[in-house]
Amino acid sequence: MSEWRYWFAEQKGTLLALGIFVAMFIIYTANHPAGFTANVVQTASNKGVLLAFVAMAQTLVVITAGIDLSVGMIFLLTNCLASWIVVGSPLETTLGVIAVLLVGVLCGALNGAIVIYGRLQPIVATIATGSIYFGIALLLRPYPGGSVNEELADALTGRLFGVVPSSLVALVAVVLIVWVPFRRSVFGRAAYAAGSSEVAAYMSGVPIKRGKFLAYTLAGLLASIGGLFLTFFTYTGEAAFASGNAYTLFSIAAVVLGGVSLFGGRGSAIGAIFGAFAFRTIGDLLFVFDFDPLWQPLFQGVVLLLAVSLGAFALFRVKNRLEWFG
Amino acid sequence: MSDTTTADGASSRMPRFLRKVDPAVATSFACIVALLVFGSLYSTSFLSPEYLLQQLKVASFLGVISTGMMLVILLGQIDLSVPWTVATGAMMASAAAAFGPAGVVLAIPFGILCGAAIGLVNGIGVAYLRIPSMIITLATNAVAQGLMVVYTGGFSPQDSASEAMRWLATGSLIPAVPNAVVVWAIIGAATVFMLTRTTFGRSVYAIGNRERAAYLSGVETRRIVMIAFAASGALSAFGGVLLAGYASKAAQSMGDAYLLPAIAAVVLGGTSILGGRGSYLGTVAGVILITLLQSILSVMQMPEAGRQIIYGVVIVAMLLLYGRAPASR
Repeated sequence: MSEWRYWFAEQKGTLLALGIFVAMFIIYTANHPAGFTANVVQTASNKGVLLAFVAMAQTLVVITAGIDLSVGMIFLLTNCLASWIVVGSPLETTLGVIAVLLVGVLCGALNGAIVIYGRLQPIVATIATGSIYFGIALLLRPYPGGSVNEELADALTGRLFGVVPSSLVALVAVVLIVWVPFRRSVFGRAAYAAGSSEVAAYMSGVPIKRGKFLAYTLAGLLASIGGLFLTFFTYTGEAAFASGNAYTLFSIAAVVLGGVSLFGGRGSAIGAIFGAFAFRTIGDLLFVFDFDPLWQPLFQGVVLLLAVSLGAFALFRVKNRLEWFG
Repeated sequence: MSDTTTADGASSRMPRFLRKVDPAVATSFACIVALLVFGSLYSTSFLSPEYLLQQLKVASFLGVISTGMMLVILLGQIDLSVPWTVATGAMMASAAAAFGPAGVVLAIPFGILCGAAIGLVNGIGVAYLRIPSMIITLATNAVAQGLMVVYTGGFSPQDSASEAMRWLATGSLIPAVPNAVVVWAIIGAATVFMLTRTTFGRSVYAIGNRERAAYLSGVETRRIVMIAFAASGALSAFGGVLLAGYASKAAQSMGDAYLLPAIAAVVLGGTSILGGRGSYLGTVAGVILITLLQSILSVMQMPEAGRQIIYGVVIVAMLLLYGRAPASR
């Protein structure tokens, strides 16, 4: 019984995010003209998965009490790169996919190296590296264009057995291959410990540096998987500054909705995935209810503002005023 | 601080006035001189007074915006709402100018007021709700963007800047000295006075060093943080008003190009990103350095992509030189 209660306390944020998402999605499909069909689910999943990958990437860094403002730009850079090299014969395509993922890993590792071994503030360091990544993306694609192996793209954005969206399957696969092993490894625990209290973790001999470095690196990998999927959906590469910024911003919103603490040490990537789906559904709800699309950015901004303000309720639990100042 | 009290062998041999100079500020000025020399090799007109005054005029827009950013960074916080605060200030001032004679008079104050309102929301969030500044400012940036998109309908607004805005940005009251530079000089002088001669300024440094200690010393820290954020919003919006006057109208993404340079200018000028340390002279050096760098890159016809990469590399490199946090022990 008590075991179960601990588990519940740990997963509260994730479960809350799941609840919000399910409620939103029910409202959405109930009011959608086509209703709850495989097609509607597929479209929603394809849109949600993109943000889910970027949000997972953000989660890994946020858990270490850092922030990665370059995830959106890594996402753009890998999108532009994929539109050049994920083409041709199956062998060429495979090599291309591997190269794209490697570039993502490199970008993440560069962020990690600068933040951890260079000891710079994550905010400024990742804004600066984000600018570098965007510059490279712009070099690759000064104008939108390019192409992608359409068979692979259609396979990964279609449906399995006519029912299950394959992008969702891919997301689950990535969670099982990347997130679960990381969470259970020593380094995953080190990343959580570093986010929770870096000094205590350091004193306990936890490998915080390697844990944080791995978190930043895997964040780059996850963002590049997102970029790859963006290429599969759009068949093109485009270096749009506003779009990269929007994904960075939405990833933070998704992380917050998903119950991951921005102060580090709490939350899970699963929660962030549901947070991302919920955030996407909020946007879609506006269309179902026939709002002017012009209002969408404002609506998303207000949702983000409210979501981050929810953290302020913790202030009521503060007994000593000095705790205000962290 | 500890570097001046425990002066090692090398620095104790230097004359006193040199020892007081912040190495970061000195490096920035050295980089400015290096850029000027490099530029003059590239093109002979680079050192002409007209060109340098023109650069100073362009720098003054960034200078006004960076002043607000510096206040916030001195507190150990950051303001990421600059892009759309700049755009809001510009658009709202231009919009007010379209409302008859009263609007024309109130255009500039109204634009600044809108920016101060955004800054006030940031300040309340950071100071009273204790939301991390980078998060709340990103959120208000998104809200400001949403409001402006709804207001303009997604297109660039049709209203144009008022005469006063244009005069402030492009005219020159004193012959040969552009008004924008005068405006920057006034704001800069006021900031230096405020930071060094008032309790508000001392409190800003104190909070940046350790908010807990400042609070225990009787400083009303939350009010000061809130005011600093409001001032940052107002200055960003004022920068936007000047920019609108310069280009004679507002545009959708006019502020995007100012977030990174503003942070870079402050940080390159030796202000610690962790707060509590830095001088306005450094920020001036940082602003001029960034503007000259931009100018040289555009003279060399470097495409946008190359500029973005060079910015990023320069900022990371300068930060690695003197912006590192202490090692954990």
